[in-house]
Order: sequence, then C-alpha cells, then structure tokens
Amino acid sequence: MVEQITYPRLRELLDAGAQLVDVLPAQEYADEHLPGAINIPLKTLDAAGTAQLDKTKAVVVYCHDAL
Amino acid sequence: MSPRAACRLGTLGFEHVYDYVTGRVDWFARGLPREGDNAAEPRAVDFALRDVVTCHLHDPISAVRDRVEGSPHGFALVVSDGGVLLGRLRKAELAVNPDATAESVMESGPSTVRADTPPARLRERLEQSSLTIAIVTDPEGRLLGVVRRADLPT
Repeated sequence: MVEQITYPRLRELLDAGAQLVDVLPAQEYADEHLPGAINIPLKTLDAAGTAQLDKTKAVVVYCHDAL
Repeated sequence: MSPRAACRLGTLGFEHVYDYVTGRVDWFARGLPREGDNAAEPRAVDFALRDVVTCHLHDPISAVRDRVEGSPHGFALVVSDGGVLLGRLRKAELAVNPDATAESVMESGPSTVRADTPPARLRERLEQSSLTIAIVTDPEGRLLGVVRRADLPT
C-alpha cells in the first residue's frame, strides 16, 4: 500500500526515522538532493538495488515533482 | 517517476511506502537545506531579509505606520495568523485615515517568488519589471522574507 504525502507528513516520517530515497538519475542526485537521501535510480530499483533498505521500516521516495 | 518507484517498492515486499509527490521542487521551494554539488549555489531565500514589517487584516493603519517609519523598507506586508501573505501596504496607503484597517487599503495578492529562484534570474525579472523588491514565500504562501534587487549579484 502506497500513501501519497505532502511536506507535513514527510516531516513527521523523517523525524521518526524513515528511509528517504531519491529515485532520480545519479547525475541529478549528485547535483542536488534532500539531506540524508540515498540514491536508487528508478532504473535500478530492483531486489539488488534496494538490498540496503530495511523492508520493515518506512520508506519515502521522491523525484523532481512526481512526473 | 516517484509513483512508479513507490509501486515497485511495494511489489518488492516493502511494507510502508510513501510517495512525497511534490518532490524536491517542493522541498527546495521551502528554502530547506540541500545537499549535492550545486547545493552551495545561493538562491533567492539566501538573500531574503526578515525584518520587513508585518501586520494583520484588522490592524489599524495607525498601528502600522510608525513601525514602517522605523523600518528599512517603505512598506508593510499583511499576513494571516498562519503567516500567509495576503497583501501589501505601501507608504502612500499608510497616509490615509489612521482608523482604516489594513484590509481596507492594502494591495491584495502581491506578486511573489519562490525561495529557490536563482538570484540571476530574479535580478533579471526585477529589472524587466522595474521593481526593487521581491517577496519570497513558501509553497503554501507563507512569507519567508523580502529580497532587495540591490543585494543580488550582477
């Protein structure tokens, strides 16, 4: 189940220790990203690419503006 | 892109997946911290002055006028209880009936810029419009400050 959120909920989740994932291409991530975000580009989002994440903890994904 | 990523995580067995739908555009527009190679490049919010006079809709002009006189800016901004920008009071508007309320004489809906606007672009916009000040708000319209054109790099 995926929940779409806006900034206030994001703030709550980050304060509670959520994992933050930037799914933009590596260069865009390198240019600028949210503090603490890790980069897993959409094209690499598979079992191997997400092995570093804890499946039982909250994960927040973001890109540029959802498009 | 992020909706597809969130869906994919669900199919991989992640139990609690959230999609920050407005993404980094929203984050940056709030003037929040950034990381990365370009993070040190200044944005409009980095030039924002917080000492602008603010008042509420029902404040009498008399209560605002003295504060504006003592301010480095020749105007006041009208905000809601939550800090959302509603209007602007220029000096000329403060010279009217002192019993008038801010709401009755303010200029409604002044133009604003986002916190993450590059300073060069902001300066260009201000020059094209013959403006000397830009008002910076967050995505909810809350006042963050004002930027003087003279403070922006050429």
